[in-house]
Order: sequence, then structure tokens, then C-alpha cells
Amino acid sequence: MTDALRFCDLTLGYDRHPAVHHLDGAVPQGDLLAVCGPNGAGKSTLLKAIAGSIPPIGGSIERPAGAAGAIAYLPQAAEVDRSFPIDVFDMVSTGHWRKTGLFGGLSRADRGRIFDCLDAVGLSGLEDRLIGTLSGGQMQRMLFARILLQDAPVILLDEPFTALDANTTGDLIEIVARWHAEGRTVIAVLHDFELVRAHFPTALLLAREVVAWGPAADALSPENLARARRMVEAFDGGADECARAA
Amino acid sequence: MHDLLFSPFIEFGFMRRALAGGLALALSGAPVGVFLLLRRMALTGDAMAHAILPGAAIGYLVSGLSLGAMTIGGLAAGCIVAVGAGAVARATSLREDASLAAFYLISLALGVTIVSMRGSSLDLLHVLFGNVLALDDATLVLLASISSLTLLALALLYRPLVLETVDPGFLQNVSRAGAPVQLLFLAIVVMNLVAGFNALGTLLAVGLMMLPAACARLWASRLAGMFAVAVGVALASVYIGLIVSWHAGAPSGPMIILAAGCFYIVSVLFGRAGGIIRRMPARKHLEG
Repeated sequence: MTDALRFCDLTLGYDRHPAVHHLDGAVPQGDLLAVCGPNGAGKSTLLKAIAGSIPPIGGSIERPAGAAGAIAYLPQAAEVDRSFPIDVFDMVSTGHWRKTGLFGGLSRADRGRIFDCLDAVGLSGLEDRLIGTLSGGQMQRMLFARILLQDAPVILLDEPFTALDANTTGDLIEIVARWHAEGRTVIAVLHDFELVRAHFPTALLLAREVVAWGPAADALSPENLARARRMVEAFDGGADECARAA
Repeated sequence: MHDLLFSPFIEFGFMRRALAGGLALALSGAPVGVFLLLRRMALTGDAMAHAILPGAAIGYLVSGLSLGAMTIGGLAAGCIVAVGAGAVARATSLREDASLAAFYLISLALGVTIVSMRGSSLDLLHVLFGNVLALDDATLVLLASISSLTLLALALLYRPLVLETVDPGFLQNVSRAGAPVQLLFLAIVVMNLVAGFNALGTLLAVGLMMLPAACARLWASRLAGMFAVAVGVALASVYIGLIVSWHAGAPSGPMIILAAGCFYIVSVLFGRAGGIIRRMPARKHLEG
């Protein structure tokens, strides 16, 4: 099996403060990988780097499957301006961007695909609604519809189920499972370990560096979780001291 | 009736010019205003309008009330302030709004100083409030060109500009258009402010952009509707402002903006998409 992504001694961070240290490893094509870890462990940073939004401080990310273009990315609480007067259909249609670019139009087939994707996330009939009138769950369903439309081989989801009810989470998990069955590589940042153990074959436990990476049940063992918590707390301890000194 | 509404434009060439220039400004300024509003840059537009002043004033210093020199100076000053404020915001702990405020205050003071030292207080009034009744051929051509160019540019940039406003993170993920689109939009804003500066002056230029856009937000819930309302209000404001100023002997530029202001007050009260009266039944419903 070929690798969708390979990390070589990858170090990431902001303003010269590293958030992820010396990450080595590979994500095989078609993997369904959960990235877990305490707050501040560098999970979101890692996803942003894979998406190409932040350059590595050191090391590299190899993407043999293609350029960053082949990666669909759903950021944590996507920074959508919900007061903007745009309707659900138009919003989802931006998922065709790579096809249409700045000026291209939508063919009848493209429009059909948009309706199919809305149907798949359970938003049929809402295509004319303004995005500002959607509930939080409907909003996330809409963003999933856009990712469906993007049809990317690699999909990154940053806390996709946070603040969603069980019903919505269940529906969206089904979509994730479908992506997995279609052979796409899915990497999701998640906090709900039960959910990870139930639906994700592999997990990466991160605490600024790799604590464990492998089958989800092993990686998320109580010992590993305790170790991850201690590692991040140790780091924060330094920050506390600085704050007291100031 | 005919005398009241049409004869000033039929009898006097300068009124026709004012109308033509004003309509050109309204046509392009209103859609730009809609984007400024949706991007929460209403005050940025205002700040940029003041920032243009020293450039125009230096142009004035060099060659008097010459259109070309003042326009080039204004464009240059606007771009310097836009890029400078952005650079300061990135390089220091100051946020963009604070650095923009600093830049435009310095610009405004500098501009007023330059104009006052060289010219009369009448010139200063002209620079601050414009003179829509004194548009010459060259200025009209400039206004028409800027208006056409703006509409063309907005049509070409429409898709990335909308996406950059509603979901910048996604645009960054799928395209490199984000940063250039932001810059081009700022350039369009500066261009329209310079055009507005010639007719309405540095203090009111932004009025024909923001007031119609604010009205549009209160009447239309969709983008296309907002553009239609904004352009309609802007065009009507130009006509009403000119005709009222003619009959009342009031200054034209401020009357145009006041006309837009009246539309705004009516919209705040009666607007179907979020006006005060429209919202009242909903509150009663909650109480019951």
C-alpha cells in the first residue's frame, strides 16, 4: 500500500514557538486516522500544516498523492461569516472551485452533483435557505456536503463533531465511513475517545510529539493518555512560571 | 412640475454635468459600498477617504486645482496608507484598525496643512467637500472611466471576492487568489474614493458608498437584491440632492449625501430585512 502522506522530522509552530516536534511517520493511503491529544498538543497545527496553510519550521511533509490541491480541509469551527447573504446551494457549489476556477460555469451535471451532495447530508429542500438561518448542525452538514463535492483523495477534519447532537454526529460519521470505504484517506482531530475506538481503525496520540501511533485501542490506552497529559502539563508549567515572574 | 423636476438640467449645462458625474459615481460606488459593508470595512472606507487628502493636496501644491495631479496624488497616497497600515499591523502589536486610524489622522492633518498654507479657505472647502457643480470635461471622463473600470473589475473579481468575504479559510485552501483579491479590492476602493473626492470632497466621498449600502442591507436579504437597492438609492440620491440643492440654494454635495441619509432613516424604520418596525411583531410574539 502506498502512503498518502509522509512526515519527515516535521517541526511546526507559530512565531518560532514550536507546537509539534520532530514528527516522523506515514499515513497509508485509505487510512482512517484519528488524531487525539490534550488541548495544546498541536493537533490543529498538524492539520493546518498538512493542508498547506502554515509552512513547517523544520522537516517536511511529502504528499505523493499530489499537491496540496488534492486535500480537502474542514477547519475547527470553520470561519464562515454566517451573516453574509449567500444561500446553501451557492455555498456548497464553491466545492466545485477546482473545476470552475475564477470564471468557469456549472454544467447541468455539476448542478446535479450539488443536489446529490445536499441529499447525502440530509439538507434536501434547504438549498434556497440563507446560511444565516441554519442551525449549528445544519451548518456542519452543509460544510460536509461541500467536502463531498470536492471529491478529494485526502480529507482533513478538525473537531468535526464538536457541539453537535447525537443524531447529526451519527449521520456525519456515516459519511466519514463512506469516504473510508471509497478508499479516501481521512484524518480527523477528535476528543471523544469512545467514538474513536468505535469508528477509527488507527489513532495518533499527540502531545507536541508522538506519544503513540497505531491501532486505536492500543494508542489510546490509559497509560498512553496519562503520559500525554503529563507531557503537555509539563510544557504548560514552564509558561506558568513565566507568567508569575512577569 | 416639469419646471420643478427637469428644467434646471435642461437649461444649465453645469447641472447636466453634475448629474452625469454623480450618476457615474453612484453606479460604481454603491456596489463597492455593499462589499465594504459585508466585509465590515465601513469605517475603513472612511479612513481611506481621509488618507487620500495629502496626496491630492501635494498634487494641488504642485499644479493648482489640476485634476490630473490631484488624482494621481490621491491614488498614490491612498495606496501608501493602505499598504503602510497593513504592514504596521503585521510588523507590530497594533491591530489593523488602530494603525489605519493613526495613518489617516496624520494624513488628514497633513493634507489640511498643505492646502491651507498654499491656497485660500475656499480651496480648502473645495478639497474637503468637493464641488459637484464645477465638473469639467476631463473630470467627467475620469469619473465615467473609473465607474466603468470598477464595474468591470467587480464583475471579474466577483466570485473570489464573495468567497474571500464569506469563507476566507476555504478560499485559501482551494486557491491562491485570496491575497491578490484583497489588494485589488482595496485598489478599487481607493479609485472610487478619488473619483468621489472630485465631486463630493474628501469628507463626504464615502457617503455615496456607505449610505446606499446600509439601506440595501435593510431591504434586501440576498446579494443581488442588495446591489439593486444600493445602486437605486445612490442614483436617486444624486438626482434628488441636485434638484433640492438647486431650488433651496443649498450646497449640492452635502444635499446628495443628505438625500441618501433620508433614505437611510426611512430604511432603518421600515426596512423589510431588519428595520425597526419589521422587527417589532417578533418581539411581541416572544412576550406572548
